[in-house]
This record gives sequence, C-alpha cells and structure tokens, in this order.
Amino acid sequence: MSDADNLGFTPNEMMTIAASRALKSDDVCFVGIGAPSAACNVARLTHAPDITLIYESGTIGTAPDVLPLSIGDGELCDTAVTTVAVPEMFRYWLQGGRISIGFLGAAQLDKFGNINTTVIGDYAHPRTRLPGGGGAPEIATSSKQVYITVAQSKRGMVETIDFFTSFGHGEGGDHRKRLGIDTAGPTLLITDLAIWEPDPVTKEFTVVSLHPGVTREQVQETCGWTVKFAEALDETPAPTELELKTLRDLQARTRAAHQRTAKGKAA
Amino acid sequence: MVKFLPLKEAVTENLHDGDTVVFEGFTHLIPTAAAHEAIRQGFRDLTLIRMTPDLIYDQMIGMGMARKVVFSYLGNPGVGLLRRARDAIENGFPRSIEVEEHSHAGMANAYEAGAAGLPCAVFRGYLGAGLAAVNPNIKSVTCPFTGEVLAAVPAIRPDVTFIHAQKADRKGNVLVEGIIGIQKEAVLAAKRAVVTVEEVVDNFDDLHPNLTVLPSWTIAAISVVPGGSHPSYTHGYYERDNAAYLEWDEIAADRDRFQAWMQKNVIESSADDFAGRVEHLRKAA
Repeated sequence: MSDADNLGFTPNEMMTIAASRALKSDDVCFVGIGAPSAACNVARLTHAPDITLIYESGTIGTAPDVLPLSIGDGELCDTAVTTVAVPEMFRYWLQGGRISIGFLGAAQLDKFGNINTTVIGDYAHPRTRLPGGGGAPEIATSSKQVYITVAQSKRGMVETIDFFTSFGHGEGGDHRKRLGIDTAGPTLLITDLAIWEPDPVTKEFTVVSLHPGVTREQVQETCGWTVKFAEALDETPAPTELELKTLRDLQARTRAAHQRTAKGKAA
Repeated sequence: MVKFLPLKEAVTENLHDGDTVVFEGFTHLIPTAAAHEAIRQGFRDLTLIRMTPDLIYDQMIGMGMARKVVFSYLGNPGVGLLRRARDAIENGFPRSIEVEEHSHAGMANAYEAGAAGLPCAVFRGYLGAGLAAVNPNIKSVTCPFTGEVLAAVPAIRPDVTFIHAQKADRKGNVLVEGIIGIQKEAVLAAKRAVVTVEEVVDNFDDLHPNLTVLPSWTIAAISVVPGGSHPSYTHGYYERDNAAYLEWDEIAADRDRFQAWMQKNVIESSADDFAGRVEHLRKAA
C-alpha cells in the first residue's frame, strides 16, 4: 500500500498486531498456522503472557521462540506444558469445550464467516485442489468463539464460497442454532485494512474500525461483497513500538530458522 | 513375534499390491525411509490413509502407486499445496485417484475406533460442514440418552501401518515420544505394523513408567534406520529440515523435475542414505 512507508508499518503488520490485541491472558486459544500463529505469539510476547496456545499436533500451553513452519515443529513440543496424542487433542480438549478461541485463516471467506480451504470450483472436478480442512471444521463449531484473520482481496472475500469447509454463521441469523451448534462462532474478523464484527441479528460481518490511513473505498475495492460499515466507525490504534519490534524480531528469528541452508542434503 | 529385519525385507514381507496402508506421523516421526522403500519396490493400487499426507504421499501418488487416498489435510504443512496430488486429482496424472476426505477430528476418532475394535467412531463433528455432503462415509447417529445427533465414521482398519519411532529395546518394545500424533492408534488399528527406529538399546529399564511404549507383540517387524524420518524429525535426535519442505514445493511443481528427483534420491538410493541427510540437523535437536 502506497502510504505504508509513511505510516511506518505495513498493512500485514497492522493486521497481525490488531489480531494479537483481541487475545487475553486467560484465553485458551486453538491456533491455526500462518497469520493466526503470528498474532497469537505476538499477544503472548506482549500483553497476554499467560495465554494458553494450543496447536492441533497436541501441544498445550506452548511458547515457541520462533514461529513454527508446521503445526508440529519440535519447538512447540519442547516449550509446551504438555503434549497429548492427536485423538485426545480433538476429543477431550476441543470437543470437551476447553477452547475459548479458535483462531483460523481462510482461502475463501464469505460475509457470514463461512470458510473454504478445500477446493476452488466443483468438489468432484476442482479447478484448484486446496489442502482441505484439517482441524478447522470442528475448531469452528467446538471453540466457544472463532476469530478469523485474512488479508483482503476480491478472490478471497467472496459473495459465495465454493465449499463449506468450516461453518461460520451459514446463511446468517440463527442458522447455527438451527443446526444444533451451541457455540458463538465467528465473532471477530481482522483483515489488513479493518476490524469487523458480526451484526447481532443478521450475523453479517460489519466494519467497526478502519486501520490508520485506510478509507472505506479501499475496504470495498478489495472485498467481493457489498460492505456494511458501522454507524460509529473507529480508527484502529497504530501499532506501538513494542508491538512492531516484537513482531519483526519474531519474524526475523523465524526466517533465519526456516531458511537455514540444508548442508549435506542428498538433493 | 516381532522380527528385526533390514527395511527392504520388512517392506517386502508386510506390504502387498492392493493393500490398505497407513504411513502415519503427524508432522513428527514421518516414516519417510519406509515410504521410499515401498516406492523402490513399486507397489500398485494401494489405498493410502493418513491424516496429513504431505511429501511421502505426494511422492507415492506422483509415482502412480495409489488407487485411493484417505486424508484430512492434503498439504505441505506451512508451505502450501501438494502439487503431485493436485495433478492426480485435477488432471488424472499419472493416474486418476479416488479421494475420501475427512476432518482431523474424524480421522483421529476413526483410528481410535480401529484400535478399540469398534466398527465406527461417534463424535460431535462435521456440523454444517460440506464434507458430510460429498463423503458418503460421514453419517450420523442419534444419542439414545440425550437425542443429540452425532457424527459417525467407519473405523480405520489398515492391512499394514508403518511408523517411525525413537528407539526399540532388544526385545522389540518400541518407545515413541514428543509429538506422538496418532502413532499408537495407527499401530493398534492395523493387522500388521512395521516400525523404523533410530537405534536399538539394551533395555527400557530407566524409562518413566507412563511413556508411550508399544509392546513388541503389537509389532510385526522393526528396522533400524537412523535418520529414517527425514525431512521430518525425530525428537531428541535431529530437527525438522524446514528448508527441504520449502524446496519440495519447487521440485513437485514440475513433472520432469519430480521424476528426476525421485530417480536420484529414491530409486537409486537406499535406507542407508538417511543417516547422512540428517547429520547437519543433529546438534540443534
């Protein structure tokens, strides 16, 4: 974005930091890989030191020094309070109702917080076969609340998703309740441009705060549905020096760890 | 009774064309050496089951060995898509494959049901999820006590499961530690289990009593293959080769480059080559 340099932070940094602020020290957070993982660890390293981070590989209460490339990096196990088997993770801890926040990313997202990470196009004959849901279908329905973070684009934020990998608010309104789902579902969407919350009745995501320097037009131009804005629109506080430094240090450590030259490799 | 065998013989004795086979490892302890041995022996028409197929199933699918793949996350973890698997699903290359897709919760429960000798698993899942509409093996049952509608999936009962583990003792008991994933359930659900290990020690006398130990009589064969999970890792021995996972994305993107890589690093290699591949990853683990 052209004004990123003037502001001193990038839209992606603002997204991660805004997402991190939504987490509290007493949260038990089931962490999706990618953007959610960065946000959760920035929260842990700044204002929420006691947050419990859980990755689906079975690591509970983990505190990695670098962001894991996968959900099962050794770093997660080394720093965890305990590491449990995968069936226990899903049966006791997620299904058992122990997770306060499920934090997910999305390849495709609609205005009701339904997520597609399975296919682009028809399921049987996909144009693009994406990795699929992994833990997300049950994270989306068994966590008490779901936060979603995604960078805005017309391809990613669409009127109709191609596949319901993870159920958000369905067609909106009380659709979750009608399916017998008693958790709150998506309650927060953090993009690189804005913070969104669902309308209390329709459950359609509504912009409640614009990040510094972002206009309504920019939000609409990078979103595939007609965006609703709250009447009293806030401006997201800019990242603090501490937040930015924490995020950048974490990313620098992570890059160094993941790109380390694999000497002596067979290939 | 468990047999200590060279990997080549362990695979020959326990895997057959048309088998339903599991190579498990949830990011950690992926039995890469065993998968590469299966590729060298050129099995056909396999039904491949795994929660997180990643590189080894990308390789087996790319080599045309799979008739069907059952999975819950078909990705290169943290990197992106599996390009050989995509080519098979999107373009039928090198052959078309059948797909049975679940969520992690669905597969974890199905393995557990397999280990428990149950015909199916029952859990709270797939609510509002599109998978229930495209996978006929996702059904529902009503709780006879509360009336709650719960998801049901058939138990996983593989012909053979391959896993990698830290160590065996001389009697053939096997220790698995760190991110233990679904290893224990995958072994107990299978008719036969083959385990590759980093090393064999005299005994397990000094182990903490609650560690995950698979008794020797649950295992058909053990092969000692140091480095056998590379580019995955073995907790306490060597760390994950994240650079190799990033590199795989480029190798698998091109059909010819993939074939050339497989020829050099799998077909013309052996289980003995794995130790050298993890040498530079040992000190940090």
